Amino acid sequence: MRYAAPTSMKEATGLMAKAKGKAFVLAGGTDLLVRLKGGFVEPDLVVDIKRIPAVTKITKAGGGFRIGAAVPCAELGENAALKKAWPGVVEAANLIGSDQIQGRCTIVGNLCNASPAADSVPAMVAAGAKAAIAGPRGRRTVAVEDVVSGPGKTTLKKGEIVEAISLPKPKPKTGDAYLRFIPRTEMDIAVVSAGVCLTLGAKGVVKSARVALGAVGPTVIVANAAAAAIIGTTLDEAALEKLAAAARAACKPIDDKRGTVEFRIEVAGVLAKRAAKIAYQRAGGK
Amino acid sequence: MAGVHVATTINGDAVEYVCHPRETLLDVLRNRLGLTGAKEGCGTGDCGACSVTIDGRLVCSCLVLGAEADGRAVGTVEGLASGNALHPLQDKFLEHAALQCGICTPGFLVAAKALLDRNADPSEEEIRYALAGNLCRCTGYDKIVRAVAAAAKEVRTKKAKG
Repeated sequence: MRYAAPTSMKEATGLMAKAKGKAFVLAGGTDLLVRLKGGFVEPDLVVDIKRIPAVTKITKAGGGFRIGAAVPCAELGENAALKKAWPGVVEAANLIGSDQIQGRCTIVGNLCNASPAADSVPAMVAAGAKAAIAGPRGRRTVAVEDVVSGPGKTTLKKGEIVEAISLPKPKPKTGDAYLRFIPRTEMDIAVVSAGVCLTLGAKGVVKSARVALGAVGPTVIVANAAAAAIIGTTLDEAALEKLAAAARAACKPIDDKRGTVEFRIEVAGVLAKRAAKIAYQRAGGK
Repeated sequence: MAGVHVATTINGDAVEYVCHPRETLLDVLRNRLGLTGAKEGCGTGDCGACSVTIDGRLVCSCLVLGAEADGRAVGTVEGLASGNALHPLQDKFLEHAALQCGICTPGFLVAAKALLDRNADPSEEEIRYALAGNLCRCTGYDKIVRAVAAAAKEVRTKKAKG
């Protein structure tokens, strides 16, 4: 295995593109090193991107935020402006692992590891986050939900690296929230999760909404019907019930040691409702 | 296999080493530098026995490559005491008998130090959350939490006295 620590994204994508054999990007390493040591991957090349100045920072861009691929999740929680604008995304990112893991893990790593249970992903998708991708043939930007194609699989082409996540400037009266179910209070992997982002119009009526569900399908599920169920409502009980029903209908979970199909479907509806209520309050609704 | 040359700072001292590209910082510390305070428990970032700081941030050294430490400042449990004077955390761990077998202790000390560096007066809940990444299989958590709270108080008192 060769270790490279380039200082520019151009150099990094060049190394990844030209690599013979298996090449992996190293940011926080909290997934990659576990897989490496467990013998699940045998990299020929590891490209450490933490020496590239542009990806180690959170920058404000057009009222929104650009979170570099090497920014540890702990830093998201320490950024007051980001926390105020996108509390759901920051809470989701800060749920990943212990303080030790928080000091290293990144939301881009969480995305590109492509686990269906990734905590930060439903929150990012609900918030309408975009992934900035650098590659040997230039740059492109895609919606976060289009980066992952299945468990452990991404749509990235050879040589491509996700260099940042962009969060838009929240529209006035917007709130977001993320909730997950785990059988304990901390340090666990989501059995089911839900991210909700909504914007209010006049009189507390939901003008637009996005609902994303985690760990109930091979990739994050964008539950458009669930969002539609609350648009035009003041999030009354009837609307919440419709939201829950639509969220349950969108689920395609598997049975595993963490939860059954039936349990996951049921809890997806509960979490979508609860997350929507929090998002509604954060948006200024009563 | 070509080695990676690394120039870093450990507990304030300039250190240079050559390591294998896939060697972890934990293995470098223990096997190359003789700093055996950090322990390998799980090797997968779950137990916190290998906790160190890099540029002030708490991490599991088992999930860091030795090569990554180049140009960084690494802090280990060996850097807690000043000469023969133990850090208040170490004093209080002894006083409260906050250890049984001791394997997890260096990790708890480093994690607790990281907590006190950013929060001089943590609540019990804050202490428990901050130490959630450190496992003690003798289950001495209660004494550990009490020791950290006592050390925090001691540090605050010392600071107040100047």
